[in-house]
Amino acid sequence: MRLLIGLILSLVIAAGIGLGSTWYALTQNLSFGALELGAWKGYPRNGTVGIDPYARAAIARNGELPVGSGDGVAFSTAVDDDGRMLDGRCDVVVRGTTPPARYFTITLYTPSGRLVANSLDRYGFTSQELVREASGEFEITVSPRVRHGNWLPTGGIDSYVLMLRFYDTSLGITTRAGREAPMPAIRLTRNCQ
Amino acid sequence: MIRWLLWIMGGLMLGGLVHLTTILALPRTASRDAYARLAPLVPVHGFVLLPAPTPEASSVPFMDPAFAVAACRYDLAKGPIKLTVPVSQAYTSVTFYTRYDVAYYAINDRAAGRRSIELDLMTTKQRDDLPDDEEVTAADRLIVESPSLTGLIVARAFAPEPSLLPAATAALRAAQCKPQ
Repeated sequence: MRLLIGLILSLVIAAGIGLGSTWYALTQNLSFGALELGAWKGYPRNGTVGIDPYARAAIARNGELPVGSGDGVAFSTAVDDDGRMLDGRCDVVVRGTTPPARYFTITLYTPSGRLVANSLDRYGFTSQELVREASGEFEITVSPRVRHGNWLPTGGIDSYVLMLRFYDTSLGITTRAGREAPMPAIRLTRNCQ
Repeated sequence: MIRWLLWIMGGLMLGGLVHLTTILALPRTASRDAYARLAPLVPVHGFVLLPAPTPEASSVPFMDPAFAVAACRYDLAKGPIKLTVPVSQAYTSVTFYTRYDVAYYAINDRAAGRRSIELDLMTTKQRDDLPDDEEVTAADRLIVESPSLTGLIVARAFAPEPSLLPAATAALRAAQCKPQ
């Protein structure tokens, strides 16, 4: 009897710990080898056969197709530079320059990877579409209300993900953070709806 | 008391094993991975344009709306595949995925040069079986080795602004992937 109870206890712990940690790893997007540039996180290894098992599992579960490393690199973030969650009811300013690439795109998604409905059908900008300052820097205002300049509408959703993708770029597995890869800063302002 | 601690320890270790097993098995058991999502839309050995992502629907999550995208499923069981993707005005890339969504090779128009991206896709064994002279004549052709028999080829053509999307889409209409 003691043996049976012990065995059941053991199996319950195994199932709880095992499945619970797997679920946690997948929902928290736990994967290794992130290239962190400011708030932006990229996983250049995910576009190669060297992808780690956690990223593979998460990608299979979400149904994504990772950007291949000969194509480009994707960076994403759900927080600003101070770690505050991006809120679609507030103004978020994305400002700065980007590492060298033939093209880049910046796109706004719901956390599950859908585009966000808005009256302009504007879901993001390409590097060609952005209005830049004389210095070459650009400023994008991610906001629920109309803004002049580069306005990226949020549709007022509470949380979202920004994705910055570089195509035909030297950025990759060997990139180190710093001057080599200047990424735009992200700042959540208190200007909320 | 010691006996219970041993059972708990055993449970924790078994839990670690369950964790590793489920993480490693998940890519092969996921029923809604990208390949499974695209399989009903995309034929074997033929490119199909994927519908542009909208807020309501997207073939796979996190699709880049600035790109026209075409996909082709392949099966190398009967022999190698010949791939031709015309290069669009701005930027074109082709990415190869295994059946389980690992991006094992990607090439863009600059790396490929010319007016179209042309290459042969085959397994390592099929490459080894190529007659030597053929290998020589094929020297200027790019050969890509697939680690799996089946998989997915995704061609993407960039539209720097929305008005150029029809042109990018038109370029991908002529893309081909078929047995040699």
